[in-house]
Amino acid sequence: MSDWTRDEMMTVAAARMLWDGCVCFVGIGLPSAACNLARLTHAPGIVLIYESGTIGTRPEVLPLSIGDGELARTASCVVPLPEIFSYYLQGGRVDVGFLGAAQIDRFGNLNSTVIGAYDAPTTRLPGAGGAPEIAAHARQTFVVLKASPRSFVPRLDFRTSAGYLDGQGARRRTTARGGGPTAVITDFGILTPASDSEELELSALFPGATAEEARSAVGWPLRVAARIETLPPPGATEITTLRALHARTQEAHSRAVHVPA
Amino acid sequence: MEFLTLQEAVGKYVPDGACAALEGFTHLIPFAAGHEIIRQGRRDLHLVRMTPDLVYDQMIGMGCASRLTFSWGGNPGVGSLHRLRDAVERSFPGPLEIDEHTHAGMAAAYCAGAARLPFGMLRGYIGTDLPAANPRIRSVECPYTAERLTAVPAVNPDVTILHAQRADTHGNVALEGIIGAQREAALAARSLVVTVEEIVEAFPPAMNSVVLPHWVVSAVVLCPGGAYPAYAQGYYERDNDFYLRWDSISRDRATFRAWMDRHVLGSRCHSEFLASLQDAA
Repeated sequence: MSDWTRDEMMTVAAARMLWDGCVCFVGIGLPSAACNLARLTHAPGIVLIYESGTIGTRPEVLPLSIGDGELARTASCVVPLPEIFSYYLQGGRVDVGFLGAAQIDRFGNLNSTVIGAYDAPTTRLPGAGGAPEIAAHARQTFVVLKASPRSFVPRLDFRTSAGYLDGQGARRRTTARGGGPTAVITDFGILTPASDSEELELSALFPGATAEEARSAVGWPLRVAARIETLPPPGATEITTLRALHARTQEAHSRAVHVPA
Repeated sequence: MEFLTLQEAVGKYVPDGACAALEGFTHLIPFAAGHEIIRQGRRDLHLVRMTPDLVYDQMIGMGCASRLTFSWGGNPGVGSLHRLRDAVERSFPGPLEIDEHTHAGMAAAYCAGAARLPFGMLRGYIGTDLPAANPRIRSVECPYTAERLTAVPAVNPDVTILHAQRADTHGNVALEGIIGAQREAALAARSLVVTVEEIVEAFPPAMNSVVLPHWVVSAVVLCPGGAYPAYAQGYYERDNDFYLRWDSISRDRATFRAWMDRHVLGSRCHSEFLASLQDAA
């Protein structure tokens, strides 16, 4: 029995992929935790951009929304939203974009729009937000998503954001300037695109996870890289920093708000 | 520019069938104005907002809207907007036509609207199914390089409603902190109504807080707390706990309706609404 959870390992694995000075377009949830864990451990100079227009933010607690006051208060600057998308993201100034989704396919394409038909969905999901342009323009993207045959699917119900499209260089023939998903961090390990086909394959496992487990969690016949790395478990500093961050966050979000009237 | 009460401003600038944008990206969301639109029983509105958030979940659930232009329709950090989902998935309380975009596309559409150009342009929606789902997303050829670029129609609301920290006694409006696409939404609209935390003689010194000059403002409404449960930087924090609780309040039609009846329809104005939440706590 390990003294860390798979959720924690996902966050730690994602944080380790970020480097000091990297310019990172952050989403809410696990990506935000991973980016701030990196900032509080090995990457103090990481530049965190949230799509609300906050640049270089250093939040003490994790935001619940993409635009919490904590992000503005601790930012090096706050710019209008059209500027973030136009000048910074489309302008090619973002190194890493973090994306989540409801569904992913074998080429790293993502669905966050609907389950079922678009005109008559069985489940209406929140939709695109910033994701399609992050997917197109960040130099590389990391996808964070727990694996199950419902989420790792042979065919998306709707393609919200482009990964490698149909693979074999299809993405490079579009006008997308960014490189696409270089890693999918999931709850058994990491998938990375094969260099020729661009199909995702298992390249790293968490301690205690197996390739067999990975295959059964993925809804297509999962390819396995020639060499599978086993990632080191969370270190003491990583785990205490992450847990302290979550504890501060939980306390802050349940604090009563005084509203002047 | 005129100073009005919220009831007067909504009565004058938000008729049935209007295209209305209540903007504010997480911060400075004009909740009080949304509630007043619900109280006045507006119908058939075309609502525009990048992130519908709880304010449009409430308006859609109360039957105010027949059309929605948006780019991300969730409860931030929490999950679904259940009333929006009920409208899209089951046409309850009525059918809702959706005009769906990405954030970058909406930003470009507001910029074009403010500049009175027919469309916004971006290198966007690449490799996505959105243009197939929404025929209003088209492409245009660059006259210099022949690159195909994405075009989105300009957004020009009949009325944009914002919440801001301050107006001065002339009706100039200043907002600071996260300012989203409010400036563009304001200048794209035919009328602009702004609710404010306070009205001051003169603004505190700040070189770059966004100022909307009084002659682009149709009406200013004094409405302290008008962004709650969103927030007004420098005045009050976002009530994240309320956003978490909204998930269970809104999940069920009857629970939602009871909450709206008690707190929104049961209050004559925003200060009564805020007081009703205190009583319930």
